[in-house]
Amino acid sequence: MFSFCADPKAIEGLSWLVCYLTSAKHLSFYASFGTVLLLLVVTAPAALAFGFGGATAARSPFLPARIFGKTYIAMVRGVPDIVFFLFFVIALDQGIEYLKSLAVCPDGAWPWQGLEFRVCKEAKVPLATSSPFWHEAYGFMLAVVTFAIVFGAFVANVLFGAMQAVPRAQLETAEAYGMNHAQVFRRILVPQMWVYALPGLSNLWMILIKATPLLFLLSVEDIVYYARELGGSKTQAYEYPHGDWRLWYFLALLCFYLLMTRLSEGVLGRLSARLSKGQATAAGEAMRKAAA
Amino acid sequence: MKKLLLATALAGLASTAFAQDVVRLGTEGAYPPYNFINDAGEVAGFEREFGDELCKRAGLTCEWTTNEWDSIIPNLQSGNYDVIIAGMSITDEREEVIDFSQGYLPPASSAYLALSADVDLKSGPVSAQTSTIQAAFVAANGMTVVEFATPEETVAAVKNGEAVAVLADKDYLAPIAAESNGELVLLAQEESIGGGVGLGLRDSDDELRGKFDAAIKSMKCDGTLDAMITKPEYFGPEAKTWGEAGKEGC
Repeated sequence: MFSFCADPKAIEGLSWLVCYLTSAKHLSFYASFGTVLLLLVVTAPAALAFGFGGATAARSPFLPARIFGKTYIAMVRGVPDIVFFLFFVIALDQGIEYLKSLAVCPDGAWPWQGLEFRVCKEAKVPLATSSPFWHEAYGFMLAVVTFAIVFGAFVANVLFGAMQAVPRAQLETAEAYGMNHAQVFRRILVPQMWVYALPGLSNLWMILIKATPLLFLLSVEDIVYYARELGGSKTQAYEYPHGDWRLWYFLALLCFYLLMTRLSEGVLGRLSARLSKGQATAAGEAMRKAAA
Repeated sequence: MKKLLLATALAGLASTAFAQDVVRLGTEGAYPPYNFINDAGEVAGFEREFGDELCKRAGLTCEWTTNEWDSIIPNLQSGNYDVIIAGMSITDEREEVIDFSQGYLPPASSAYLALSADVDLKSGPVSAQTSTIQAAFVAANGMTVVEFATPEETVAAVKNGEAVAVLADKDYLAPIAAESNGELVLLAQEESIGGGVGLGLRDSDDELRGKFDAAIKSMKCDGTLDAMITKPEYFGPEAKTWGEAGKEGC
């Protein structure tokens, strides 16, 4: 990056450190913080949507929807994350390629042959000729979908509980005003349930922040991958040889995670106060008394 | 209608025939001097130079990608890349699930790295990387094996006392011993395991394997492979080479 970094083995001290910390691999490390933040930003709303759908289905008066919702919640919650991340991702990837092969492959052969999964090269997603960026973007997309499904099941359970927790009297009053089922759901149940759901959702958010190292199982290179890769001891085969520095890299990650947790706590606290306003809960009651 | 469909199908075939085929090479990127990710973030090491030369000779366009060692065979079978080029020894066990090209590195010795030269290998666990010939060897020879996902961790386990020694390819361990300022030493005892290193390919990819076999053979014939192996930044002048045996049938 800097001109004096041309021969890293000839420099030492502070300039060595500056060159070391600005090597191309370190720049990718810094960029990977963005990858993790992007994953959180995309996954959280997606998981919330999956969860909302799951919870709504699980308490639907329509039996097949109810069975579907409850099965989704029970199955995903019951399978260990790591199994899900290893098995499901490969299955999803092969499923996508299989569907594409039906449309674009001329022979239409069954792709699962013994241990191998074989589709014609036009059906590969992304194509072998695509740039590395698309391969990474595809891995990232698989990661988002998998995270959303896994966390969605937990969110669904939290929201299901929150919907049950809204006082029956509130819903009955709405019915007495002549609202139909959908109106009660939309105008009374959903606005009131968030305050009950928030503690559970905030737990899930914290777990999601710390679950991002699972990205590496999907060969998305995240901050933990880079910390391990950069921190490992390096021999003279590398431009910047050094000992085992993993401790320092993981300390940096610790600070990052603590900072994220601290920021989230602040935001969640405010959100909780806002949602409690005017609610028939102890927190809402306390706010009413303070205002009076 | 049928004619129209046929015409579009043919057009589709024709357009793909023009597109250059890309062969994806999968490596681990954590095992210098075989393969590693250099400070520029690119795959480097012996296998990088060797693989690029092979592709040139076979007239293929190649792309490099990295994958964890643990899942390197399943991801080959699933079609995420076409070739494993990751210092993988040819063994009967692996032959059952994938195909190997002819060897490009002759069988090399594996060595033990420990904190002192007189350590008793049966006194404690010996570390090795998961699903390697070394891990299988340790387990089969009356020692306790402790496995780690990456080569780096197997060495760290010796440094922090979790294992009494690590068994790995000598070419990987020798620079680590030399640069440890005497903290780590190679034991005199060495093991000859494995049948040389080859490219791993899917069983069904015979055509691609043929191309790579021919390219490897041509590198053996004109001596470029031996010259590459003995480069000081890779395996050094004392490394085992193919020599005259590699030139048979040229």
